[in-house]
Amino acid sequence: MNHMAIAALKTQRRNLVQSMFDEGVLDNQFNQLQDLQDSSNPNFVEEVISLFCNDAERIITELNRYLNDQNVDFSKLDSYVHQLKGSSSSIGAYRLKLACVNLRQASEERNMEECAGAFNSIRREYYVVRSKLQVLIQLERHIVNLENQQ
Amino acid sequence: MTMEEKMGGSGGEDGGKDRFPIGMRVLAVDDDPICLKVLENLLRKCQYHVTTTNQAITALKMLRENRNRYDLVISDVNMPDMDGFKLLELVGLEMDLPVIMLSAHSDTKLVMKGITHGACDYLLKPVRIEELKNIWQHVVRKKKPDSLDHSNSANQDKAQGGPGEAGPTSTCSSDQKVNKKRKDQSEDEDEDGEDNGHENEDPSAQKKPRVVWSVELHRKFVSAVNQLGLDKAVPKKILDLMNVEGLTRENVASHLQKYRLYLKRLSSVATQQANMVAALGSKDPSYLRMGSLDGFGDFRTLTGPGRLSSASLSSYQPGGMFGRLNSSAALSLRGISSGAIQPGHSQTLNSSINGLGKIQPAVLPANQNQNGTLFQGIPTSVGLDQLSQNNSSNPFGEFNHVNDPNVFGIGTNFPDARVAVVSSSNTVPTVSGNPLLLQANTQQTHSGAFGNQSTHGLTSLNQESFDMHVRGSSNFLDRGRCSENWQGAVQLSSFPSNSLSTSEAFNHEQLPTNNLRECISWPSSHLSNSPLDLTSPTANSASLEDPRRMSQVGLNNNAIQNIDYTTKQQWGDQRHDYNGNMNRSFCRVDSLVSSSRSVVDQGNVVNDKLNDVSLFSEISGDCAFVLPHLEGEKSGLDTKLRSNEDILFEQTKPQDGFSQNNFEPLESIMMSMIKSEQNNESPLMDGEFGFDAYSLGSCI
Repeated sequence: MNHMAIAALKTQRRNLVQSMFDEGVLDNQFNQLQDLQDSSNPNFVEEVISLFCNDAERIITELNRYLNDQNVDFSKLDSYVHQLKGSSSSIGAYRLKLACVNLRQASEERNMEECAGAFNSIRREYYVVRSKLQVLIQLERHIVNLENQQ
Repeated sequence: MTMEEKMGGSGGEDGGKDRFPIGMRVLAVDDDPICLKVLENLLRKCQYHVTTTNQAITALKMLRENRNRYDLVISDVNMPDMDGFKLLELVGLEMDLPVIMLSAHSDTKLVMKGITHGACDYLLKPVRIEELKNIWQHVVRKKKPDSLDHSNSANQDKAQGGPGEAGPTSTCSSDQKVNKKRKDQSEDEDEDGEDNGHENEDPSAQKKPRVVWSVELHRKFVSAVNQLGLDKAVPKKILDLMNVEGLTRENVASHLQKYRLYLKRLSSVATQQANMVAALGSKDPSYLRMGSLDGFGDFRTLTGPGRLSSASLSSYQPGGMFGRLNSSAALSLRGISSGAIQPGHSQTLNSSINGLGKIQPAVLPANQNQNGTLFQGIPTSVGLDQLSQNNSSNPFGEFNHVNDPNVFGIGTNFPDARVAVVSSSNTVPTVSGNPLLLQANTQQTHSGAFGNQSTHGLTSLNQESFDMHVRGSSNFLDRGRCSENWQGAVQLSSFPSNSLSTSEAFNHEQLPTNNLRECISWPSSHLSNSPLDLTSPTANSASLEDPRRMSQVGLNNNAIQNIDYTTKQQWGDQRHDYNGNMNRSFCRVDSLVSSSRSVVDQGNVVNDKLNDVSLFSEISGDCAFVLPHLEGEKSGLDTKLRSNEDILFEQTKPQDGFSQNNFEPLESIMMSMIKSEQNNESPLMDGEFGFDAYSLGSCI
């Protein structure tokens, strides 16, 4: 039974990842992460995702704060966006990275409206990628558990 | 292969030394934890040995603790505790390790900045493993010269001639190949890579003893490079010229690369500097004081004025002059200035200068210790501060200590000094810009800080002519890395200052020139040996464009020539009058000026300098414009140099305080330069000045 369960889970996982690629939520960089996971590094993907989520949330909180200031500190904003862009691209969160680019652009133009809009995109994209990645992690754990039981 | 065997043994921590690039030790720095983690794992996947840190400061600490523990550094550009570029420079300067920059932004300007600051490569995030698989090439390139001594000879490039022999020869050939063909590296590396790889592995794996480019060593290097001409300087020949035991061609090759980069950097800085200098040029002494001080904080210690010069120098934007400086000469100056400014650099400067000041070994030693000193000399005049201004004037601080002796070192090494001289001239130019500086110099003159003094003098001088130099110097300074190379250059700078001080006697506007003259005269005798290498060092190292080459040659020639002239001319009357120093300083200045001139732009430099002469006139050195004389006498290049010299001399007004001692180094250099030049010319030189007396002690 486990075999089937494992197979089913693996299929599910594969489909999930594929859909994320198809939607642009993830890009090829994510493949590289997956490739890095091996027996010597069994939880690599999960670790990275977890790190990413923590960091991204922190940054988003900061971005929100700065954007709501009376006098927006655009340089600070830019710095945070830059960070988020870096980590998003490192993990392969493609759409989130694009949203960062937009915010950076808007910030350079000092266009508050656009900044607000771009920031909302960031937040939205972040939640999308996070939830999907979380599902992915669950699937992974489940699969590993089942495999270990075998 | 032999190497393999060796490496095998050292495998220890690196493990895969012989299997380079496997086991290559990488230090990864990135404040973003995700990127760092991903990077770390990607690197591990490439079978590198990875150490990570999320703080630049920590990374520096780790590197400083044991630079041999790492082969390569990968660093993010945007970090909260330190600018990635800054880290890049420091690593390059202090540890001479290849550094790869990482950034999420692909802004061309940033990439350019990374490259000009010495990064081996600039990668964009997210980094792909394919890219990381190739980064070991940078290690090979850098290490090749050094490590390849042994065994590799066989492997080493085809160019290598010597069969595996260990020595530098073999490496040289390989190095040459390596160096020369950086671009073709892939090809070469492939071939050599395997061979080298082994070799390289050595370095990385074995931690081949890193060659420390002391001031002395650098001086030799610079002088050798100058002798050969930057364009023609190949590691093997340089190595032969240097004749240093235990030094491999690889060492030289890698050093040469750095030097070239440094010069390049200088030129760009020089341009900026020149502008500044130009601006400053006309400034009053007060300006000088203000400006330079920053950079040379330490300089101050050397001499009050000296500092100014630095500042002034920095302010100078050797606009015109630097432009020329860009050519090798400029670079040298810049290097110097930058060197001066950057502590790290200073050392190099010292070395380089030392190399230059071969003539007077006695003098140099002082420099050596003070690495900074070398720079000091230069920076001051050149306003290295300015040059390096961006950087940190503080670096100079180190230099400041250099006090003349070091600076003079250049002179002593005169043969090398030539190069140094050139460099100095460069610095001087910047300095010369401000006649005021000269004054400042004079004030400072005393103190051995000749280095400082020189700067002063230089500053004044630079104003016009020096701008160019200064710029060069600034670059130099900036390039801490370059500093090594520039030490020689720096020395030169120091010279000018000294000469300036002495110029008092000269009253020429170009005091500095006067000094140079004298210096020249003396050195000439000494110099005779050393063809104006001034130009070469700068020229060579600078990746400056062709002009470099020319300038180098030109500078050297010019420098020498100019020096000759200046000495001759000025001294004709003044010889006796001037205290040894003055003359010397002039000599030096001149030489420096000349050098810078020639370096900068052989043709143009001189011309520009002439223009700057007006500035010099302020300085009102006794040295009547040497230019007129000089020009007539020597060929175009010379003339050019001369004009510079003249300017220098004029500016170099013999400053009262100018302790000749300071100039000594300059003098030596100048003397050497002059000598060479002067051999033909004149009587001034040898006879008059009793070069020996001067060069060494009198100037200072």
